[in-house]
Amino acid sequence: MNWLKPSWQAVLAIVLCLIAIALGAPSKPEAAALADPTASFNYPYLGTKGLMFGLAVLAALISMVRIPPLAEAVVLFIGAHVVAWLLISGIAGFEGTALAPYFLLLAAAWLLGWRCVAVLSSLRPLDSSARTALRLIIPAIFGAWILIIWEAVTRGAGIPFILLPPPSAIGLRIANSLPVLGADVRQTIFKAVLFGYVVGSGAGFITAILADRVPFLRRGLLPIGNMVSALPIIGVAPIMVMWFGFDWQSKAAVVIIMTFFPMLVNTVAGLAASGHMERDLMRTYASGYWPTLIKLRLPAAAPFIFNALKINSTLALIGAIVAEFFGTPVVGMGFRISTEVGRMNIDMVWAEIAVAALAGSVFYGVVALVERAVTFWHPSVRGG
Amino acid sequence: MDTFRDKLVPVTSILLGVVILWYVFAVILNTPFQRDLDRRANETSTFSELIGKTLSQPKPTLPAPHQVAVNFFENTFLRPINSNRSLVYNAWVTLSSTLLGFAFGTALGIIIAVGIVHVATLDRSLMPWIIASQTIPILAVAPMIIVVLGAVGISGLIPKAMISTYLSFFPVTVGMVKGLRSPEIMHLDLMHTYNASGSQTFWKLRVPASVPFLFTSMKVAVAASLVGAIVGELPTGAVAGIGAKLLAGAYYSQSIDIWSALVAGSIVAALLVMVVGIAGRIVDRAMGGRPA
Repeated sequence: MNWLKPSWQAVLAIVLCLIAIALGAPSKPEAAALADPTASFNYPYLGTKGLMFGLAVLAALISMVRIPPLAEAVVLFIGAHVVAWLLISGIAGFEGTALAPYFLLLAAAWLLGWRCVAVLSSLRPLDSSARTALRLIIPAIFGAWILIIWEAVTRGAGIPFILLPPPSAIGLRIANSLPVLGADVRQTIFKAVLFGYVVGSGAGFITAILADRVPFLRRGLLPIGNMVSALPIIGVAPIMVMWFGFDWQSKAAVVIIMTFFPMLVNTVAGLAASGHMERDLMRTYASGYWPTLIKLRLPAAAPFIFNALKINSTLALIGAIVAEFFGTPVVGMGFRISTEVGRMNIDMVWAEIAVAALAGSVFYGVVALVERAVTFWHPSVRGG
Repeated sequence: MDTFRDKLVPVTSILLGVVILWYVFAVILNTPFQRDLDRRANETSTFSELIGKTLSQPKPTLPAPHQVAVNFFENTFLRPINSNRSLVYNAWVTLSSTLLGFAFGTALGIIIAVGIVHVATLDRSLMPWIIASQTIPILAVAPMIIVVLGAVGISGLIPKAMISTYLSFFPVTVGMVKGLRSPEIMHLDLMHTYNASGSQTFWKLRVPASVPFLFTSMKVAVAASLVGAIVGELPTGAVAGIGAKLLAGAYYSQSIDIWSALVAGSIVAALLVMVVGIAGRIVDRAMGGRPA
């Protein structure tokens, strides 16, 4: 038995496949066709049923043979995803007719995918580029499986479109309404978010420098700033809409208020981060307040400042979108979400959310990249 | 004496400055509308009369602090608690879904964190998504959850609590993962020499070490949870709650109502954070923690 190394995922996948085969038809039309052989029914998986089960069992069996882990991972990857693809593409046209074997097979494929991820995460490649690739592939497979299960379950069980549209429908909607989404992004992100983010973070930064210069101000502002960060600042949105009107200026104002305090608190904390020794060294150089600030204390504060910029990138998007719930011109991401929800166009809402998620990640990623470039000296960047 | 000089004096003087600035801006912002009113009524008011009028408009652009205070006092203490204009009632509506969501979110966050710490596959596959999901404006999903769940007949407390759960479990997960991993190698080795089992190491070393992290992240989570509950009240058409008060105030331009609802929300937030902080200190002391 030296050539065999069982894994519970693979064994369970095989068991699930066997139960599924024993239960019979994976969909209602096929069950009907089996019950009444004389009538001719069109049913899903006419030719692919055997292929799917065979592939799943075969992949599970091969994975338990003692082969190199990488080969095992590749076999599992191909097996799990081909089965899932056959399963999802086969149900097209027969949505909502799936029976228990359909879900069992889906679970089996998912177990194979899990085994694949488990094998991959136990790999310890020596090459650093392979390590980076692995660090990207593992979460990618996980994310893909969330989408696969979402798609397969919504289509197989025929979940009402209003409740939860399948990802493919959302993707289709994104592709079909690019101009609308583009206009919303332009209104919300390029006008309100960017302006508010720059002004709010800038104002927080300048206030922090001021507070650093005047200790009295610092002692007074810091407790207030810390407390304000726990308050539901988003509530000022209706007031800002009253003051600055429906257009992007009111959203920018909300974003400014939301981003101001995290920047203030973090910058003040960062300015205290440089060590005594270094400050003493600057003093022996007869360096004044401003040269010390620019050459020593601001670089030392950079990780804190970038932390605030990262927090603010999310807060800014949230602020702008929620502020639009209180009144907007007929364009903008928050406006689109609230009106399309009212019209039960849930796929459009999901499309808008996907765009917002993408924009948020890109925003965050840009800030993180700038951070790596600016704080190249910091241990957390150098070490990675 | 030191806390008095270093903290109380600066904080109160800055708050005082804020209040004075508030009055100045209230006069400045309300003047144009008051001038307009005076012109229509064919009145000419002196400067001091003008100031008095700008500070007592029924629907001012910026209400003066005392107007907000009076409105807040009336709606909090003078109204029957079950009236839907009472701020206590509305705050309670928001607070109940906040607490429910916060409890679920904390439990979910702890469970996910335990999974991530103990299952390597979850760590490598789920953790990047948890971090990435923090960059996503989750709050944008709120109206959809409310309306969609309402369409299938689930309304009231649960959908709002779900939004709070969603917002509050991220900080708890991230904090707990950090906390459960905080024991040093030396301590883990010590447990190893004691021949401690996995569950013993978990309960006797990892859990106690993670408690400070848990309470720090719970403070963030409870604030996020309240924001979630308030935003969750917006799309339901302003039934009850602090968010509903904000929305109703926005519809009818009742600026004083908006401000007093904001004050109520802020007080609830401050109280929640304070309660979590005190609970953390009590637990810390009960576990034999010494002040550092």
